[in-house]
Amino acid sequence: MNKAELTEYIKALDKESDAREGRQYVEVTVLPARLHELAGKIRENEELNFDFLVCITGMDYGQELGVVYHLRSTKHGHELVVKSRTADRQDPHLDSVTDIWKTADFLEREVYDLLGIKFTNHPDLRRLFLDKSWGFPLRKDYVDDINIVTK
Amino acid sequence: MKKEEFRDNESLEQLKESGTNILLTTIDDVINWGRKNSLWPLTFATSCCGIEMMATGGARHDFARFGMEVYRASPRQADVIVVAGTIVNKMAPVLKRLYDQMSEPKYVVAMGACAISGGPFFLNSYCVVKGVEHIIPVDVYVPGCPPRPEALIYGMLQLQRKIETENIKSRRKRNAEHTSE
Amino acid sequence: MEEQVINSVINEEEEYIINMGPQHPSTHGVLRLVVSLKGETVKNVEPHIGYIHRGIEKMCESITYQQIIHLTDRMDYLSAHINNEAVCLAVEKALEIEIPDRIKVIRTIMAELTRIQSHQLFWGTWGMDLGGLTCFFYGFRDREMILDIFEETCGSRMIVSYNCPGGLMYDIHPNFQKRVKDFIKYFRKTLPEYDQLLTGNVIFRERTIGIGRLSLEDAISYGITGPSGRASGFSCDIRKHEPYSAYDRVKFTEVLYSDGDTYHRYLARMQEMRESMDIIEQLIDNIPEGPYAVKMKPVIKLPEGEYYQKVETARGELGVYIVSDGNKNPYRVKFRSPNFVNLSVLNHIARDFKIADLVAIGGSLDLVIPDIDR
Repeated sequence: MNKAELTEYIKALDKESDAREGRQYVEVTVLPARLHELAGKIRENEELNFDFLVCITGMDYGQELGVVYHLRSTKHGHELVVKSRTADRQDPHLDSVTDIWKTADFLEREVYDLLGIKFTNHPDLRRLFLDKSWGFPLRKDYVDDINIVTK
Repeated sequence: MKKEEFRDNESLEQLKESGTNILLTTIDDVINWGRKNSLWPLTFATSCCGIEMMATGGARHDFARFGMEVYRASPRQADVIVVAGTIVNKMAPVLKRLYDQMSEPKYVVAMGACAISGGPFFLNSYCVVKGVEHIIPVDVYVPGCPPRPEALIYGMLQLQRKIETENIKSRRKRNAEHTSE
Repeated sequence: MEEQVINSVINEEEEYIINMGPQHPSTHGVLRLVVSLKGETVKNVEPHIGYIHRGIEKMCESITYQQIIHLTDRMDYLSAHINNEAVCLAVEKALEIEIPDRIKVIRTIMAELTRIQSHQLFWGTWGMDLGGLTCFFYGFRDREMILDIFEETCGSRMIVSYNCPGGLMYDIHPNFQKRVKDFIKYFRKTLPEYDQLLTGNVIFRERTIGIGRLSLEDAISYGITGPSGRASGFSCDIRKHEPYSAYDRVKFTEVLYSDGDTYHRYLARMQEMRESMDIIEQLIDNIPEGPYAVKMKPVIKLPEGEYYQKVETARGELGVYIVSDGNKNPYRVKFRSPNFVNLSVLNHIARDFKIADLVAIGGSLDLVIPDIDR
């Protein structure tokens, strides 16, 4: 499917999410509560069949924290971007998609380690690169006076 | 490089302690000759400099002709540790533990810009140790990013020259310095 | 006395845990594996990483786009050219610059030489891990010829920052074409030696055939790309699906097997070396004339938005995701590294094999640890 058809199909599939054509890929913004349901639907649906989760990126939007999923379908060849954000900076929670794509195991651990976003129902959420007491370096308000020079 | 041409290396000259008596000098020479010609390195490579260290051990720039015949996997059996690659905060206690497990006499060569001073990761990195000398005492620094195999061989030859100038008194003093750290 | 003997027999059934620590001759870098064993059978492998985590993604937020090239070199240092190409393509696509043909062809030739050089190192070090020390010397001897070519043109052997946004740093050396053609002629004669040493060897085949099988569904679900995924039948070669640079004008086959065990991951890399030589031969004689770099502004500012570029490195799909807010430093840079994803499948495929097979399986996935930790 090309980008226009894909946008229409997803709008028809899930009325509450916001699908639009970006510069490169079709982008779908979804609320955290509906994330897991949408992920299951786009994996199981025969026309869409997004079975390859390429990348999970954690983002700090300034006021909110969010995640960006890049997905691809090995059968049809189309690609999709799913975004989700939460305004809670003290204790952010999102649903884990480890039961849908097994690669999310390590990728979500990395997002937790560097940004502090917790994923519910993750089989083993531990810090990956850094120690337990380290802060969350990729946040924009991470302060390290010794090492990082801010202009 | 001829032995005389090392003369303008001032720091090496300063290493030479004033003499001991004749019998001990000859024993010193023999011991130092044995030690410098059979330095066995430890297999320790964290990142890109490790590949250049392996290439130095390859067939073209052969390391074994200078005495670095085998790489020992266990620190208890190794003489020299060539720190090749970046050291980060998580790896620093591991490196210190490996260094403590090595038995005297032991030497350290800091290879590459990352081991000397943090290298390209000096600015704005939150978890890189800026130079391995914060953790263990270094004998020879080999600059480069990564240093060519010929540069590493030059660095090891400098280490051999340094070993040649040791005598029993200075060795004992150095061993005492190592254990107190 | 007899009660003590019976007690010790019962304790044999318990699991015990050993540590293949960060400093280990066969982990190819600083990877720590905590292995649970029952006897000699592996029950669980847990990788602990972070021993070379340098914070590259955070550093990229405070430097310019041209300076990111020097950091991407040092991530997966065995595909240095291809890593640089990914960032350059992302920046050029965002600024919508048209790249002349000469640059595309030279970038492709350099990328394929990098791929051959990386597989030669894989062959050398993996053969050494399995016990054949000769492989190490053969692999490194032949790799030196490619490093000489890099040194003459780019200035450095391994960490080359040759691609830059807008083209190349310098033009190719006049000797370049002749040296590459000599290398290909030499290597085509030498590659059968590699097969004689390892591929037909009885000990090697016993150690690798049927070990560490990865099925196609698991390869897609775990996201394993590169030769490891293609050996399981996962058709994921970006050079075929979404060609970039000069890959749309060369003919080559994507190397796919369906068995997915260690032996076929090895065979996939050997065959890829032959395909790379075919690609270079098609391009080396007709390098088009033209400029070697497009004139760019000294300060690069990408328009606001998000850009994702993927390339095929020697180990899988590298993705560069740049989020820009219009300034001269990027807002967020994320590298989707192939080795990070390939590591996560080690636990799944090494279960119920012996501990000696763990070395063979871990080596066949061809991991470069600084790329995992970035």
